[in-house]
Amino acid sequence: MMSDNNRETTHTRQQLIDFLFKSITRLSAIAVLCILLAIIASLIDGGYPSIKAFGLGFLASSDWNPVTQKFGALVPIFGTLATSTIAMLIGIPISFGIALFLTELSPRWLKRPLGTAIELLAAIPSIIFGMWGLFVFAPVFADTVEPWLTDHLGPIPLIGALFQGPPMGIGMLTAGLILAIMVIPFIASVTRDVFEVVPSVLKESAYALGATTWEVVWHIVLPYTKAGVVGGVMLGLGRALGETMAVTFVIGNAHHLYASLLMPGNSIASALANEFTEAIGDLYTASLIYLGLLLFVITFIVLAISKLFLAQLAKREGAKT
Amino acid sequence: MKKNMLYARRRFINNFNLAISMLAMGFGLFWLGWILATLLSRGLPAMEPSLFLKMTPAPGNDGGLLNAIVGSLLMSVTATLLGTPIGILAATYLSEFGKASWIAATTRFINDILLSAPSIVLGLFIYSIVVIKMGHFSGWAGTLALSLLVIPVVIRTTEDMLRLVPDSLREAAAALGAPQWKVVVLVIYRAARAGILTGVLLAIARISGETAPLLFTALNNQFWSLDMNGSMANLPVVIFQYAMSPYADWHRLAWGGALLITFGVLGLNIIARIMFRQQRYE
Repeated sequence: MMSDNNRETTHTRQQLIDFLFKSITRLSAIAVLCILLAIIASLIDGGYPSIKAFGLGFLASSDWNPVTQKFGALVPIFGTLATSTIAMLIGIPISFGIALFLTELSPRWLKRPLGTAIELLAAIPSIIFGMWGLFVFAPVFADTVEPWLTDHLGPIPLIGALFQGPPMGIGMLTAGLILAIMVIPFIASVTRDVFEVVPSVLKESAYALGATTWEVVWHIVLPYTKAGVVGGVMLGLGRALGETMAVTFVIGNAHHLYASLLMPGNSIASALANEFTEAIGDLYTASLIYLGLLLFVITFIVLAISKLFLAQLAKREGAKT
Repeated sequence: MKKNMLYARRRFINNFNLAISMLAMGFGLFWLGWILATLLSRGLPAMEPSLFLKMTPAPGNDGGLLNAIVGSLLMSVTATLLGTPIGILAATYLSEFGKASWIAATTRFINDILLSAPSIVLGLFIYSIVVIKMGHFSGWAGTLALSLLVIPVVIRTTEDMLRLVPDSLREAAAALGAPQWKVVVLVIYRAARAGILTGVLLAIARISGETAPLLFTALNNQFWSLDMNGSMANLPVVIFQYAMSPYADWHRLAWGGALLITFGVLGLNIIARIMFRQQRYE
């Protein structure tokens, strides 16, 4: 009788602890959702004076004048998109090549060390990329590559305008190049991982029909993993858009719209890093927070697309096996 | 004859493209090598005992990075202590309780986005909810901003690691009559210990080099301070300010700090990888 009673209380106590434990874990998971909502709410709240003053016209105005209190986001938005586009143009083919090398060409014993080396590139803090870019890369770039670009591409009509101007080393092109180096590990490792899920049967069938390695990759592996590759590219793009320190060092921080990629510009993240602590006046601060909100929304959309594409591939993988 | 031409062309395209892919691999490694070589050649001369023993100096004076190193350690440790439990608990919900429910699915989705969200926006967020309310920059604000970076990393790796634990272990424990919390805490956590630790190490590696979220939260402090309530010196922001300054001796210290951070972060990453491998093959 006594022991039965005891067992009963132990049982209810364990049930209570179970309930508490489960609730705490659920609260922690919900906390993550709350963080996201709180970020968006605080950015809207902080940027409200600027949102009210400029509305959506903020996106199309290239003004940035703390004295007359006129602010517009066109220059930093343009800089963010331009540098990220350059990064993608360079980064995507290189990452594809690296993934191809790691999955199809590399000898087995080299696969792991080389893959790790590329992933370590992603671990280097962005401020190091910035310092190296400013002190080491930019001078070399100004002495060698930029004059060459101006001489050879400058005279071409239309695209020539992108490559004119003094070779300063810093500017949008340098920022885009350094961003490319920074996103390569992200895109390459996702691409490599999705390449590896292609069933060997598919590849072997193509080889048996006499296809070359390149033909197998181009006609079999790539179509099969399309969604995953797009997901990886979007992940890299999301990283490039929000990258702060590396860009701040080398973009030149000029609130001015130039046609040439060799000229300095500004990105949303670098404008925040440079000006936020020195911003005087409510409207100036609010405009910077408005910029931050725009950046968050843009990267959120890009990263969400990336997630959806990767999930699509994972679903199919599950269905096949 | 025509057949041979086609064959030669396909062979050529194949060899050409494979050669390009090898070059791409070289291109990736080239930058890693160049950056590490730069850090060694410019950072090693600054590696003197005074770097670890003296405070950040005024330009032209002798000094080191002691207060910045200590500030960084202090904030990284507190941020990890703050973020890790939340991360592990949330991951436990995702892998043990929530599974495919809509809360779990949404959390997973949002978490993966937070993992790659621009860190400077997290700095802005903490600035508006902590720094403005308190009225001054502080080490605690820096800690909070960093812990927001810790949580997604820990959730992601911990969930993956908990899922690697075979269900037979859960069933065996449940069959012995263990309540769910005991199954999780005494069996699952123990089985995934190395994996969970991997996530924590990766999180520490991620935050120790982060500059952007600290710019508007911890700011910087030229002097020795252990007061988490005031603005606090930290390596990344010191490196940023010193590198952007025109003084040669500040540049020297910045390179020394850069070398410290990079090799610390890379070391943590390599240790995490080794532990992850152990977890996998256990």
